[in-house]
Amino acid sequence: MFPIVHKRQLSESVFEMGVEAPQIARKVRAGQFLMLRVAEGGERIPLTFSDWSVEEGWIRFIFMRVGKTTHLLSHMEPGEALADVVGPLGTPTHVEGLGRVAVVGGGVGTAVAYPVARAMLEAGNEVTVIVGARTKDLLILIDEFEEMPLKDLIVVTDDGSAGEKGLVTAPLARLCQAGAIDHAMAIGPAIMMKFCAQTAKEHGVPCMVSLNPIMVDGTGMCGACRVTVGGETKFGCVDGPDFDGHLVDFEELMSRQRVYSDMEREADAEYSKECRCHL
Amino acid sequence: MPPVDASGRRRPSRAPRTPMPERDPIERARDFEEVALGYSEEQALAEADRCLQCANPTCIAGCPVNIDIKSFIARILERDYAGGVAVIKERNALPAVCGRVCPQEEQCEAACVLARKGEPVAIGRLERFLGDFDLACDLEHRCQPEVGPDSGYKVAVIGSGPAGLACAGELRRFGHAVTVFESLHAPGGVLTYGIPEFRLPKTIVAAEIEALAMMGVELVTDAVIGATYTLDELMGEQGFDAVFIGVGAGLPVFLGVPGENLNGVYSANEFLTRVNLMRAYEFPKADTPVRRGRKVAVVGGGNVAMDAARTAKRLGAEQVFLVYRRSEEEMPARREEVHHAREEGIEFKMLCSPQEIVGKDGWVTGMVVTDMQLGEPDASGRRSPVCVVGSEHTIECDTVIVAVGTRANPLLTKATPGLEVSSRGYVLTDDEGATSLPGVFAGGDIVTGSATVILAMGAGKRAARAIDRYLRERG
Ligand SMILES: Cc1cc2nc3c(=O)[nH]c(=O)nc-3n(C[C@H](O)[C@H](O)[C@H](O)COP(=O)(O)OP(=O)(O)OC[C@H]3O[C@@H](n4cnc5c(N)ncnc54)[C@H](O)[C@@H]3O)c2cc1C
Ligand SMILES: Cc1cc2nc3c(=O)[nH]c(=O)nc-3n(C[C@H](O)[C@H](O)[C@H](O)COP(=O)(O)OP(=O)(O)OC[C@H]3O[C@@H](n4cnc5c(N)ncnc54)[C@H](O)[C@@H]3O)c2cc1C
Ligand code: SF4
Ligand code: FES
Repeated sequence: MFPIVHKRQLSESVFEMGVEAPQIARKVRAGQFLMLRVAEGGERIPLTFSDWSVEEGWIRFIFMRVGKTTHLLSHMEPGEALADVVGPLGTPTHVEGLGRVAVVGGGVGTAVAYPVARAMLEAGNEVTVIVGARTKDLLILIDEFEEMPLKDLIVVTDDGSAGEKGLVTAPLARLCQAGAIDHAMAIGPAIMMKFCAQTAKEHGVPCMVSLNPIMVDGTGMCGACRVTVGGETKFGCVDGPDFDGHLVDFEELMSRQRVYSDMEREADAEYSKECRCHL
Repeated sequence: MPPVDASGRRRPSRAPRTPMPERDPIERARDFEEVALGYSEEQALAEADRCLQCANPTCIAGCPVNIDIKSFIARILERDYAGGVAVIKERNALPAVCGRVCPQEEQCEAACVLARKGEPVAIGRLERFLGDFDLACDLEHRCQPEVGPDSGYKVAVIGSGPAGLACAGELRRFGHAVTVFESLHAPGGVLTYGIPEFRLPKTIVAAEIEALAMMGVELVTDAVIGATYTLDELMGEQGFDAVFIGVGAGLPVFLGVPGENLNGVYSANEFLTRVNLMRAYEFPKADTPVRRGRKVAVVGGGNVAMDAARTAKRLGAEQVFLVYRRSEEEMPARREEVHHAREEGIEFKMLCSPQEIVGKDGWVTGMVVTDMQLGEPDASGRRSPVCVVGSEHTIECDTVIVAVGTRANPLLTKATPGLEVSSRGYVLTDDEGATSLPGVFAGGDIVTGSATVILAMGAGKRAARAIDRYLRERG
């Protein structure tokens, strides 16, 4: 069992949670992820590490409440324990020798952008962070980014309720245009990563993306997470989750993410019914 | 008591082989309950009575771990079932598992003297009878191997499939402290995530693992070696004196045809893992979903393909096609399972090879196949299939399950410098299981490629003996 030691609500539907897992904390590097099960009979879901402490033996992750498992997770409190946490899985993000980097985080992808930006700074790169969300209330981790020695922090909202109005691709295009960055990294919804990669490509800037295909084991055993990169089939969990954004087949990724949409709605509906019974 | 002749010698029965009681195919193809029900005591006695108790029992040589088959059958005849279990457990700790899934028809039963006349003793079914007898006893009354006096050595076993479990049990018998590390949340390897409930109930796997725990074997789930811990750490700071690698060969192979990443295309591993390990057949009671195809095409001809096809049927498919590029004769699956699949209505499309998976809006709608002909025997001795020109046609389906084999998963080996592997990623060992690294042994599918439960167990036990020798010689 993995005891919960910390919980914080970051926005209406985004939560941060810390779990005691000293053996995992020792190994984590930015860009890696874990698989967890909330309880017996639960689904295995992947979440990215957002923070960890080797000394204190905990790991943290930030998740958005989207379906049954993340709902259950959002109801867990410190003192309770998760049934399973496995990791660290996946290949760490490449952070060395990048030079001037723009890290773009969209929505809950910001949670992943956070440790990545930190690791890039630690590796001696110059880092600009672009954070985007639909509206002000959905922005997360702004205070944390403000404390970092970033070159710049650019906030963007779809409705203009905070920072610039528009999409993250606008400031990214500006930076590329100005020749202000050597590398870009985009983390967020597939559609956002697709357009970030496209924007960077137009200006000849390399762009990494952190993909989120559906996973079952997270160790290369099931093949559920396969993605097409440069015409080749890769496994998101072991070959990734980071890939060259210019080579990823995003249409396929988005299609595959929808495989279980109708069933997920069914599970969620069943679960909500149960929830109400307990009230 | 068996009949005896005037001189007091036993006269073996000449009765035909006792059939296995099985559930009705139409009924069983709708649920996940076990198909074969097992012999009753009378049936076991009748079958045991067919054994000639040969002076030179050829059956034993046919068993990969050389179980003393003649003796355990003799114990059954004497109605000393506990004694029979003990005989098997000298060689094989998992009779209830092996009695269900071993390809006996190619092993002990093929070597039985009576096989020459066509009807060998049903050794596997008798083994299952004893295994089930043992499991029906309370844990304290089960046949437990003695644990040797504490040796002071600690051994890590990586992977809790049949290879790892057999190795762990044997090491405990030698008195070593054993910890098994498993990357999934549940132990058992393929026995748990691959072989379906209707062929191997998970309670049986769990009971066998419980028995190991009783012997003092420690089990750590959720631990990916190569990620959570490296092998170096196990042997360094964690103080293990030796390591056994039994991580299996779980990396799924795909066909490499266009359309393979369409929604509705599964690897057999994903499909079976969702259903068996995550119990997706109980969705939405269980949280993990699986698509319930209406028309399902399964590609392959081994046990895995047969399991996937029968599972798809049980999930409610109207039609399940098994697409295999050679003829039924070459199919590597067990005869019994092929027979079961047929009874349950799986449609066999032999000499048929997929060329492309086609779809609409991202979802599978069919599979383009061509007919094949058998040509000259290839290096493996099997006649290799060749395409029949112009025979292309499309099988309509909404789900495709690819069951054409697995390869070595590189997760552990890549993270372990100095560990020699073959060009295809399998761990290289000597006959005893020793690898290129001192104190590190390996066995099972990660050494041989996909094989069988009993071969993996044999390799695990052989390595345990080699580990024991290594530890005691090292002093
Ligand atoms: C490598 C990786 C890292 C991730 N990191 C984070 C993170 O840090 N924070 C965060 O909020 N989310 C992250 N995700 C997404 C997260 O795994 C899903 O939101 C979660 O699985 C949803 O589960 P659910 O049961 O609540 O929702 P569901 O209703 O089951 O699903 C909602 C959507 O989530 C996705 N999803 C569902 N199941 C899985 C699965 N097993 N694997 C992957 N995606 C799935 C699908 O697109 C689905 O449509 C990550 C995904 C991957 C692959
Ligand atoms: C669907 C299916 C049906 C089959 N049917 C039969 C049959 O009827 N009869 C028969 O004899 N054989 C059958 N087989 C083959 C048989 O199951 C295998 O040969 C056997 O299980 C191999 O045993 P193993 O211990 O080497 O590996 P596995 O059973 O694969 O076990 C390996 C274990 O190691 C774990 N692991 C992997 N990597 C790591 C890591 N880095 N750290 C920690 N743990 C790790 C895995 O999660 C797994 O639990 C079947 C196989 C399949 C897939
Ligand atoms: S070879 Fe057949 S008949 Fe002879 S002892 Fe073995 S099982 Fe019995
Ligand atoms: S999640 Fe199973 S192979 Fe990647």
